[in-house]
Amino acid sequence: MALLELTHLQKQYANLGVVRDLNLEVAEGEVLCLLGPSGCGKTTTLRMVAGFLQPDGGDIRMDGKSLLRLPPERRPTGMVFQRYTLWPHMSVWHNVAFGLGLRRRPRAEIEQRVKDVLELVGLPEMARRYPAQLSGGQQQRIALARALVLEPRLLLLDEPFANLDAQLRERMRDELLSLQRRVGITMIFVTHDQAEALVLAHRIAVMREGNLEQIAAPDEIYNRPATRFVAAFVGTMNLLEGKVSAGQVIAGPFRFPVPSGLKDGETVTLAIRPEDLAFASGGFPVRTVQVANLGHYRRATLQTSEGGELLAFTGGEIPSEGLVQASRVLVYGASGKLAGVLEPQALAQVKP
Amino acid sequence: MQPVRRLEAVWFMRVPQMRRALLWILVLALGFFLLMPLLTLVLWAFADVWRYPSLLPQMYSLKWWNWVFHNGNLGKSALWSFTTAPVVVLLAWVICLPAAYAFSRLNFPGKRFFFVALLAADSFPRFGIYISVATLFFQWGLIGNYWGVVLVQLINVIVTMTWIPTAGFDGVPRELEEAARDSGANPLQVFWRVTLPLALPSILVASILAFLSAFDEAQGTLVVGAPDITTLPVLMYSLVANYPEPVGAVFSILLSIPNLLLLIFARRILLSGYLAAGFGVR
Repeated sequence: MALLELTHLQKQYANLGVVRDLNLEVAEGEVLCLLGPSGCGKTTTLRMVAGFLQPDGGDIRMDGKSLLRLPPERRPTGMVFQRYTLWPHMSVWHNVAFGLGLRRRPRAEIEQRVKDVLELVGLPEMARRYPAQLSGGQQQRIALARALVLEPRLLLLDEPFANLDAQLRERMRDELLSLQRRVGITMIFVTHDQAEALVLAHRIAVMREGNLEQIAAPDEIYNRPATRFVAAFVGTMNLLEGKVSAGQVIAGPFRFPVPSGLKDGETVTLAIRPEDLAFASGGFPVRTVQVANLGHYRRATLQTSEGGELLAFTGGEIPSEGLVQASRVLVYGASGKLAGVLEPQALAQVKP
Repeated sequence: MQPVRRLEAVWFMRVPQMRRALLWILVLALGFFLLMPLLTLVLWAFADVWRYPSLLPQMYSLKWWNWVFHNGNLGKSALWSFTTAPVVVLLAWVICLPAAYAFSRLNFPGKRFFFVALLAADSFPRFGIYISVATLFFQWGLIGNYWGVVLVQLINVIVTMTWIPTAGFDGVPRELEEAARDSGANPLQVFWRVTLPLALPSILVASILAFLSAFDEAQGTLVVGAPDITTLPVLMYSLVANYPEPVGAVFSILLSIPNLLLLIFARRILLSGYLAAGFGVR
């Protein structure tokens, strides 16, 4: 059974975005990332689980029991916030020991557990410091320790690294990853940073305007985005608008047979990852407009004979003119849903 | 950077020495402006003979100190002052701090109106208010009464004691309260352990200002407290009116002692603990 179940969860007019009929489950030990642009309802969802917002409809169940009637302090959840995370008038030790003290644990146990959790987050020597004496990254690690020390069933993280600089964010993300894999705690992680989601999550739930667009493993999200929105939001993607006409999909330089489920005259969108485009002996003609060297690969901006531009990531040669082939093309219908994936064997028959 | 560049349009601002000299002139002028009256006050307190046009007193003595300390009313007035002002602050806590919390954290109809309405007492000439207050108090038997004096002094501190702590409560981020609830604190525990300690500096500042304002209040106390209740400032007014300058000077210095002690105390509290850590002066 799932640890956490959200069923038909709804919230209107929340200032962090609405949630419309959200259904999802989180398994024990799983890391679920809620990913989406701001206002998509991901933070609203998290705050409903934590108990800071009351949903307008639906249910939140943990181990099969509804949490709705419990105030935040009695829910088995721990939260890490984006900003203002630590109490500035308490030392690190008192910040971490706060919840244990409220639970009237014996002094010796508190000492031991605070010490253990500070070691777990790698800051055992910081106990006597005040939050203002810590760096941003250290503060977030202490906030994590403060949540973990209470051994919550579910850890909720609301963009915890959003206020850190890029380099530190990456390091914190890796640390959190290794910590989670060691401790095995269940997490819901809200972020608008897709790299964070792709690295940390067992599953990613992409949200848009209060709706769940897709929930799947990171690979699946990246390789088979279920909707045009997910395709455009996650990773870099070439998007080509086209049309179904006389049994053919026509979009930019591409012509191929219609996948099932698309009607004649329907507008379609083709989505191609830049790494799936490569110069080859066959394919469609392009002219190289610009090349940027990004270290381990190069990014080429290519112009097709129709005038459209495509991005290609490649480690190989980039001639100024040549033929380009796509190894994988995703096709989205007018509804925005994935209609088909053209793999190499299918693309071999495509007449450019 | 814009203002600096505009300053540099004046030729002497482009010369560092000139700029430094100008700064010193400003500092000295300001110091002169602030310290001269105080210095004069101290000189007057110890002067026996000081006639125009001499820059300094011709004769010094402790005569007037002696006189003030042997004035039979001093002890009585001090007792009145020190039994009214602290009670005013305590009452202000009881009345104003819940109001401040409500203004900051709750939503109720007419919130803005009430918040601004607190200023009403300050928008009329004080003395007029005291006269009408005295009329009412007379009917209620509060004239010449201890609680009458406390109430009239309370009028002066309501705004300070509500507005400053409201800003203090406003300054406590919701996330910090939510984090406490998340850690298992109920709303009351959140208030005592997180909200109140974080708003405490502002409450402390408001309390000091309220104490000083109550302690220095003379007009209302004179109108309501007469004839039996004379606090120190009331006594000072009557002495200044009836005796030579040194008496007023001695009294001013005596009256500023509690203020000075309070400020030193406040400084110590504000500059210890997390605030100091936050400002990096620990």
